[in-house]
Amino acid sequence: MAIEQLWGAGRMTPSTPKWLRGRTLIIGVPWLWLGLFFLLPFLFILKISLSEAALAQPPYLDLIREVSDGLMTIKLNFGNYLFLLEDPLYLQALWGSVKVATISTLLCLLLGYPMAYAIAKSPNHWRLPLLMLVILPFWTSFLIRVYAWIGILKNNGLLNQWLMSIGLIDTPLEIMHTPVAVYIGVVYSYLPFMVLPLYATLIRLDDTLLEAASDLGCKPWKQFLKITWPLSMPGVLAGAMLVFIPVMGEFVIPDLLGGPETLMIGKLMWTEFFSNKDWPLASALAAVLLCVLIIPFVLLRHYERRSEEVL
Amino acid sequence: MAQLRSSTPLESWQAPEGEPVIRVESVTKKFGDVYAVDDISLSIHQGEFFSLLGSSGCGKTTLLRMLAGFETPSAGRIFIDGVDMTHTPPYERPINMMFQSYALFPHMTVEDNIAFGLKQEGMPSSERKERIQEMMALVQIDALAKRKPHQLSGGQRQRVALARALAKQPKILLLDEPLGALDKKLREKTQFELVNIQERLGMTFVIVTHDQEEAMTMSSRIALMHDGRIEQIDPPRRMYEYPSTRYAASFIGTVNLFSGYVVSQEDDHVLIQSEEAGGLLQVKHSQPLVAGMEVTVAVRPEKCRLMAELTGAPNQIKGIIKEIAYLGDVSIYHVDLPSGKRVQFTQSNIQALAEQPLTWEQEVCLAWQSNSCGVLEE
Repeated sequence: MAIEQLWGAGRMTPSTPKWLRGRTLIIGVPWLWLGLFFLLPFLFILKISLSEAALAQPPYLDLIREVSDGLMTIKLNFGNYLFLLEDPLYLQALWGSVKVATISTLLCLLLGYPMAYAIAKSPNHWRLPLLMLVILPFWTSFLIRVYAWIGILKNNGLLNQWLMSIGLIDTPLEIMHTPVAVYIGVVYSYLPFMVLPLYATLIRLDDTLLEAASDLGCKPWKQFLKITWPLSMPGVLAGAMLVFIPVMGEFVIPDLLGGPETLMIGKLMWTEFFSNKDWPLASALAAVLLCVLIIPFVLLRHYERRSEEVL
Repeated sequence: MAQLRSSTPLESWQAPEGEPVIRVESVTKKFGDVYAVDDISLSIHQGEFFSLLGSSGCGKTTLLRMLAGFETPSAGRIFIDGVDMTHTPPYERPINMMFQSYALFPHMTVEDNIAFGLKQEGMPSSERKERIQEMMALVQIDALAKRKPHQLSGGQRQRVALARALAKQPKILLLDEPLGALDKKLREKTQFELVNIQERLGMTFVIVTHDQEEAMTMSSRIALMHDGRIEQIDPPRRMYEYPSTRYAASFIGTVNLFSGYVVSQEDDHVLIQSEEAGGLLQVKHSQPLVAGMEVTVAVRPEKCRLMAELTGAPNQIKGIIKEIAYLGDVSIYHVDLPSGKRVQFTQSNIQALAEQPLTWEQEVCLAWQSNSCGVLEE
């Protein structure tokens, strides 16, 4: 019934008001979704970040308070943001997140590009099984997979046992609770997000372009640099964004695999919210992180527009 | 089908001492169990405009791709300029190719596309700029230097692709259906330009096409391919007038075919009895034929002339007009013979409206000369 009504709205008559037409409705759905589940919660966070912490339930003072009968005041507290700047811990955590996210993104690209390239170039009947193998880990819970790495990386874990059994090392390697463990966990978890968009662009690449380059005297490795690489740029950027942005806010992996050396903003946010119960400060942190993340997103949009012109 | 080419006194393929620029020696290409190219040998000489003609799937594109180096022959050898290049990769061959899809680099400007090949051979930038200018002027795209391929029309892209392939001034240019994506008017105009460019630069062009008219118009020689084999290699005029196989006769233009058997072989002609034609046929034929041999006589529709009535001489048939197609310049008539065979003949419409036009169900007598028909031995 409801669907019929929607269709009815699509079949417009001159008297149908413009905003009710099918087109508007269809475009309206994602906007509504974003407004309800992204913009509104963000406004809540923004509101909390501007309030004062208190021993209460919830643990902050409302912005709008009734002082005496009928008189309302709005008190904005920028102290949380100022505090973020004052205490070097937060900038260090931000820097730590940027560092881990950047290096992991590069590692994912380094590993993911050859994988995506190989899948795209493999014979037709091999592609789907190979892609399935890339996606397969998603069938297990993310948390369990990260836990599994503890079993592999810890001092008496699988990796060390194996390395010692083949006589490569005498004493176990200290990997667990080091940045190395964090990188292993992050790259392992986010590699599929790099491989899939890269595959999608590489599979669309017209092979005759490479033939044309070859015909014009271009050797294979130069063909890659001059043709394949620039034309796969949209996939590289999409993959980089899909890895970089979530890793920036990553909490589980540094918490489980990392040690005290790994300072990341996601972990800090968790501490502020749940251990210190300082919701306003944690919210301020979240707001700052979002602003930092918008920068690469805007860059991606800019590049996409340019590449749309190309393709 | 006008010939654009001015005839030169001695054609290069007639000079036996000249080393061909391309020599294909019994080349075979198999894809799985399928023979795409089946034991082909041919020679192409300097300055030729050589067409590989055939319907889709005949192996013409595979052969071209083997010349370019994108496919390796399963057997046989390919010599370019006397050097065995059967296994030389494309980027080391003195050959350039214009692709059917044009394959312009989408992320580069027109200028950069044309410069691509020159940069690979490390030409200094001043010389390169000059060459790019020259190429863009040659194909008349000077104004488009800074555009990207997606900002160009189909015809403009075709020109950029041509300029890019010509830029390195290769000895041999391969063209894969170069005019296939253009509309009819533009195609006809571009045919002339291609021939002019080829003659001006003196390059050897090898072109793949399925369009017999295109091949006839531009080529110095045509290789007609069928099922991975060569049916016939000849200049357009010979190909049309003296097809050597049934396939060649019917692929290029229309033809009436009469099967029959050889009655007698005279000095300069052969007599053939054909039930289909309902009488004796006389063909000027230099090749000796044995009496009793089964042969096919091919007569082009435009070689048939109307007669008042049969005189009893060979090469005369009588029938009833069943269909008429008025094409403007000519009219095509379909005539049913008493044997049940349907033949075609054409007449040019010289007068605006003939006083006594031929009509349906009218009985006509047709005749042709013994030197305007041919014998096919299959």
